[in-house]
Amino acid sequence: MDCNQVFVSKVKKVIVVFTLLIAFLSIKIDTFAQVDSAVVPVDSVVAESAEAVSGQHGAVEHGKEKFEPTKVIMEHIADSHMWHLWGHTSLPLPVILYTNGGLEIFSSAHFHHGEHDYAGKYNTYRLVEDHVKVVGANGQIDETASVLDFSITKNVAAMFVAILVILIVFISVAGAYKKRVGKAPKGLQSFMEPIIVFVRDDIAKPNIGHKYAKFMPYLLTTFFFILFNNLFGLIPIFPGGANVTGNIALTFVMALGTLIIVNINGNKYYWKHIFKPDVPFWLYPIMIPVELIGIISKPFALMVRLFANITAGHIIVLSLISLIFIFETLAIAPVSVAFVLFMDVLELLVAFLQAFIFTLLTALFIGMAVEEHH
Amino acid sequence: MELVTPSIGLVFWTALAFICLLILLRKFAWKPILGAIHEREQSIDEALNKAELAKQEMARLTSQNQDLMQQARAERDEILKEAKTLKDSILNEAKKQAQVEGAKLIEKAKIEIENQKKAALAEVKDQVSTLSLEIAERVLRTQLDDKTKQEALVANLLKDVELN
Repeated sequence: MDCNQVFVSKVKKVIVVFTLLIAFLSIKIDTFAQVDSAVVPVDSVVAESAEAVSGQHGAVEHGKEKFEPTKVIMEHIADSHMWHLWGHTSLPLPVILYTNGGLEIFSSAHFHHGEHDYAGKYNTYRLVEDHVKVVGANGQIDETASVLDFSITKNVAAMFVAILVILIVFISVAGAYKKRVGKAPKGLQSFMEPIIVFVRDDIAKPNIGHKYAKFMPYLLTTFFFILFNNLFGLIPIFPGGANVTGNIALTFVMALGTLIIVNINGNKYYWKHIFKPDVPFWLYPIMIPVELIGIISKPFALMVRLFANITAGHIIVLSLISLIFIFETLAIAPVSVAFVLFMDVLELLVAFLQAFIFTLLTALFIGMAVEEHH
Repeated sequence: MELVTPSIGLVFWTALAFICLLILLRKFAWKPILGAIHEREQSIDEALNKAELAKQEMARLTSQNQDLMQQARAERDEILKEAKTLKDSILNEAKKQAQVEGAKLIEKAKIEIENQKKAALAEVKDQVSTLSLEIAERVLRTQLDDKTKQEALVANLLKDVELN
């Protein structure tokens, strides 16, 4: 499956370069007087070539504004205190801050998209680039103030939506099993059953062995949690639109879960392999640190793999859309849309693939930790 | 750099939400679903096994039937053969007995005939001797009517005696 990943990321790179090439050939060259070479990274191309292009946000209020694709894309990739619905309408989300004074809860609507400061119980807060900062007495941002931000951000809210959908789907499926005992599956039940059986028979059983039953709830939850969040991330409008699985915090938690599950279930053979490997004793100073790094590096790879795959997909889709605004012409739109469509289909595959890979590798690591040697 | 720095808030909420999801799904979804799938698989397995057993039973019964039929046929053949040999032996016995009986009868008859023949012969001998004596008497009487002839005869007889 690692080969698949390499393949997927190569395809992405090729597509980006190819898209840019086509774009350069079809648009008058004088628009890009500053650009010297056709093959340059996305960010620098869009930054240099953009000239007096209005972005999606604030185009009306601020008139002609330089379109900065990097900023726009990063805004979409990153977390936010508001959930953008349409046009200038955003859903305000609750801000929860843990300050040295205590908990502070208020709506992000008080910031008016960062134009106003909000005077809370303990401090005055200002929204700077979607980060809540404490404003000092002199009206400047006080960087020294320690504020822990536990806000329900866009990603958290989107994750809650996904969790709600997962709960509704699987509890209703479980209900169907209770209602139709011993009968053939039907409807949603028959859609989910092959996936559940796939996780059990093709992920858990071959990798973990006969002890698989204990880990099934974790593996299934991980699989469907990642899958549903991946799929919701592909929806460009309200209930989706957040880059949940492409956020390092979420993948960090998922990988941490794998790390904990693997190590608390590790048997004596697993620990012997780490602290007393079958190598000449003079290699121990090298082997033991390597094995200890291995404990961390396996989940670390899981974390980065999921984060990078999903984020890369989002960046490519947003870059392709940005092309329309960079070139200020509708002529590029069909090309962009065609490539976005292709990318979306690819992302659909990646959504399933990444959920599968994450679960498969988790099962593999668990299997390595619980394996009995005879 | 911001992209790869996990924010504490999201880490906290993700961990909390994921653990809640895991607990809820484990209790309300995975347990019943996996249990039901497992049960159904077992019942399907059982049904298949039962079908297989029934099939084997059927095959066994069929072969048993065939065996029985074959056995019955063999038995019938055996009985027929036995009957035939019995009949043959009885027939032979009867024939032999009849022959022996016949032979005995013939023997008896032969003996009887012989006896009768002997008796008849004896009677004939008797009669012959009587008749010959009578004849001889008559002959002698006629011949010895005259004296000369008597004397000749006696002389003749004496002559024979002298010769001896």
